[in-house]
Amino acid sequence: MNKTLLYITVIVIATCGLIYELVVGALASYLLGDSVTQFSTVIGGYLFAMGIGSYLSRYIERGVAQRFVEVELAVALLGGICAPVLFLTFTLTDLFQVALYGSVIAIGALVGMEIPLLLRILKDQVKFKDLISQVLSLDYVGALAASVAFPLLLVPKLGLVRTSLLFGVLNAAVALWSTWLLAPLLGNPLRLRVKAVGLTVLLLAGFVMGDRLTTFYEDQLYADDVVHASSSPYQRIILTRGKRGFSLFLNGNLQFASLDEYRYHESLVHPAMVRAGKVENVLILGGGDGLAAREVLRYPEVRSVTLVDLDPMITGLATNYGELAKLNRHAMTDPRMRVVNGDAMQFLTEGGAQYDVVVVDFPDPNNFALGKLYTTGFYKLLKKRIAPDGVAVVQSTSPLFARRSFWCVEKTLRAAGFWTEPYHALVPSFGEWGYVLIAHEPPARHRPLPEGLLFLDDATMASLTQFPPDMGPLPVEVNRLNNQVLVHYYEAEWQRWN
Amino acid sequence: MELTRRELVAAFLGSAVAASACRKSGPRERVPGAVVDQAVELGHRLRGGPLPRADVVEPVEVLVVGAGVAGLSAAWRLASAGVRGVRVLELEAEPGGTSRSGRNAISAYPWGAHYLPAPLEDRGPVVRLLREMGAVTDVDDTGRPRFEESLLIHEPEERFFYRGHWYEGLYLHAGASVEDLEELRRFEARMNGFASARDAKGRRAFAVPSGLSSDDAEWTALDALSMAAWMEREGFRSARLKWVVDYACRDDFGTTAEHVSAWAGIWYFTARQDGNGERSEGYLSWPEGNGRLVRQLVSALPNGAVEGNVLVHTVEPVEGGCRVDALEAGSGKPRAFLARQVVLACPRFIAAHVVAPWRRERPAWLSGFTYGPWVVANLTLSSPPRSRGFPLAWDNVFYESRSLGYVVATHQTLRQDEQGPTVLTWYLPMDGADVKAEREKALSASYADWEALVMADMRPAHPGISGQAQRLEVQRWGHAMVRPTPGFMWGQAKQAAGESLGSSLHFAHSDLGGMGLFEEANWFGVRAAERVLAELGRREVSWL
Ligand SMILES: Cc1cc2nc3c(=O)[nH]c(=O)nc-3n(C[C@H](O)[C@H](O)[C@H](O)COP(=O)(O)OP(=O)(O)OC[C@H]3O[C@@H](n4cnc5c(N)ncnc54)[C@H](O)[C@@H]3O)c2cc1C
Repeated sequence: MNKTLLYITVIVIATCGLIYELVVGALASYLLGDSVTQFSTVIGGYLFAMGIGSYLSRYIERGVAQRFVEVELAVALLGGICAPVLFLTFTLTDLFQVALYGSVIAIGALVGMEIPLLLRILKDQVKFKDLISQVLSLDYVGALAASVAFPLLLVPKLGLVRTSLLFGVLNAAVALWSTWLLAPLLGNPLRLRVKAVGLTVLLLAGFVMGDRLTTFYEDQLYADDVVHASSSPYQRIILTRGKRGFSLFLNGNLQFASLDEYRYHESLVHPAMVRAGKVENVLILGGGDGLAAREVLRYPEVRSVTLVDLDPMITGLATNYGELAKLNRHAMTDPRMRVVNGDAMQFLTEGGAQYDVVVVDFPDPNNFALGKLYTTGFYKLLKKRIAPDGVAVVQSTSPLFARRSFWCVEKTLRAAGFWTEPYHALVPSFGEWGYVLIAHEPPARHRPLPEGLLFLDDATMASLTQFPPDMGPLPVEVNRLNNQVLVHYYEAEWQRWN
Repeated sequence: MELTRRELVAAFLGSAVAASACRKSGPRERVPGAVVDQAVELGHRLRGGPLPRADVVEPVEVLVVGAGVAGLSAAWRLASAGVRGVRVLELEAEPGGTSRSGRNAISAYPWGAHYLPAPLEDRGPVVRLLREMGAVTDVDDTGRPRFEESLLIHEPEERFFYRGHWYEGLYLHAGASVEDLEELRRFEARMNGFASARDAKGRRAFAVPSGLSSDDAEWTALDALSMAAWMEREGFRSARLKWVVDYACRDDFGTTAEHVSAWAGIWYFTARQDGNGERSEGYLSWPEGNGRLVRQLVSALPNGAVEGNVLVHTVEPVEGGCRVDALEAGSGKPRAFLARQVVLACPRFIAAHVVAPWRRERPAWLSGFTYGPWVVANLTLSSPPRSRGFPLAWDNVFYESRSLGYVVATHQTLRQDEQGPTVLTWYLPMDGADVKAEREKALSASYADWEALVMADMRPAHPGISGQAQRLEVQRWGHAMVRPTPGFMWGQAKQAAGESLGSSLHFAHSDLGGMGLFEEANWFGVRAAERVLAELGRREVSWL
């Protein structure tokens, strides 16, 4: 048996073991805040679990080498995927704590078995005193390597997700080469080899695609501090603070960043407000963050704003969460506001008053439930609720990233009997964003833009209706309840950019 | 005979469901509920000895027996011609027959029929009815009616569950070979050919209702063989394609391709499309299914025209009309009527016991009619079922089960939030060839058995559904619908059964068309009503 190779194995194992511990610890303190407590409970839990693993190793009686390789494979898998899985759990569910300590215990226990098993494998080949001194010193060398590389090299260059995947790959590679190193001790090395190769390929693929994951999580989340996280029956709500100021994520999708949200919301609200005959009664569908309402309330003629948003958790945050309330200039507690936590489609079907201006600010149509809110069926209901000289605006996803989708919304609005005026604005944290202004008849200009806008003036507003050729109209179908073509367009188009 | 749970599931739903359901089974709470029909009782009363007769005879202008779609359509036609004194007697408490619906705090839901293919042409009584309810918005340049968007089934329309995953549509594309896809294309081309075929008189080869189809032997000869035999003959052997065809036969006719006439099987794929593979605007559906159409028909009648809980047991043609004898369902009190005209809108197997001359001498053609049993269950859930793969659709099919899966009652509700409680309507056609044995099997199972069956069907596809289930109600239809068995569609029996008896007794029911469908029931109802109008000496332009 080649001893040098075995010793390299020990170093790699030791490095990987420590890296997982650091990844999980860093993730916990970053996502849950309060880094001292998080870090030390994770480290403590991990060490304790290693102790359990070492203890449990005594129950492995036969086939020690075989078990060793299996343990390596398990560590490679669990350690490798721990960061992406924990990130996902955090963004999509309420179970982060469970997943966190679950991984700490599972990975720790498996890592704790490695060295005892290895010592048992080697005990007949090497003198005991040499064995102990060599293995343990190498174990500590590996630990040092890991703790130096982690903050200086790995996190800045690769990020947490890819670091964990990379070390998973290394671990799987160790498992693979141990099938040769320990071949004489293994019953059936071939099966283990197949598993090890499969796992390596899988984790490597994850590592390569990890780039996407990293942009997704790290660009958007990791750079910033999470200042609020909660789950409502409808979505996972996360607020962060960082480079771009203050950001809101719903189910992991960015809703706004305080740095440039004014561009989005000014473009959403004002073109409609200045073209409506009156602006006394305004309806906002979606927009529970209160930012569209903030823009609406700039007009002194506004007498009442009705905001319909499904999720009381969001409107609650917009009302009570200091920073968000500041950002929407306390729109939610303005005496003119009426907040309805209900179903926008049901709200329209119930019938009732007409509005001078309607702002439709729903999430993008990335599933059938949301796709319904972009159909002729929905727009016909909407049409009944717009005053004869009223105007409405519909956020219509990006005409650049999802060109077909954007023009599909526009065509659907025309099919529902509206006059339309499509336009777009650049919002750096989103990209080029599209809107469609709609009315029963082409509306005239009725009032000036309010004072104090950061993005829109008359000249800019006029320029927004110009579409460069790469965002221009395309032949598309009308989105109806019984075809939902938009969801298909949207899915196909965004896939190319993600 | 005592069956184990696994044997029970295998016997009703097939061994694939039994295997996957039992793999996942652990202890779980039973879903509360009940069997809600009284399927058995009625038959016994009709077949039992002579029933009491009333002394007082109520005179009636036109009496319709049976408030199913056929009977109500007849009454609707008569009402719109201004005939007064039309009364409809129905043995159930509520009108609707096999298109009846129910309602609970969460939603209305169907007990039987749940959809209507949107008509292709702007003529006939079905479009007229849809117009009356405001469902037709306009007619396009090609003369096709267009329908209110919210009534057409919303996307996603259908999906199926196969080995752990839900897929869009009804054709298993995953893993299909080049030959499979080639056969699918060839099959579709054949069906498009049949759909655009016209005879010398310009009639469609396959029309809605089926009675308007061409009687050219070129096509009617297809009635002689089964759909399965036709597929074999034409070299359609792809298992995936056969599944689709078999599913279609079970869905519309309640039995497998082996027991369905090839003419009827082809009718399914052709009559409701235009020959370009375009299947009209799609399907129309409502939370309560075709119960919505029933309500529309009833709303056209004067208040009190429909009387429930009355079992008609004898209709005897007499001088100047028919004498009709009945019993009140609850009290058993006898009732008698003397009607100038009668429309008997119940199925043949009941008419055989009710029509006095037939009771004395059973017509030979009667044995040509076979009716398969179905079981329908409505399952109320606290939230939509969770699933892997393609999201919840209107129609949700279990690929490897003998059930048809379920339809979601709240699918057509206009709401943004789809996370609320819902009702699923589960369908099981008892599709075996021996209808009597199938009926006994369906009626022998207890509520506990049905609960086990429905949940066994659902659980593999929907982890955690047991915890969401709040109530289950089961309806067994002993003679749910007539079967278009080989030879039946163009045979003697169907022809003979449609003839009126003398000048005062006319027949209506979907079974006269050989297929249990709304369009058939409606057409025969209107036809019977127009015969009545002729007998009453009314000149009316036919709606047919
Ligand atoms: C489970 C199921 C699902 C179906 N799904 C669809 C579907 O999706 N689309 C579709 O088009 N069709 C469907 N059908 C077919 C459905 O049967 C027809 O659409 C239609 O409802 C048939 O109407 P009918 O009037 O011909 O018959 P029935 O519904 O049988 O009506 C006969 C009526 O007469 C009454 N009656 C019978 N005997 C007596 C008596 N002696 N005295 C008084 N009253 C009596 C009965 O109670 C009943 O109300 C389905 C049927 C079933 C069972």
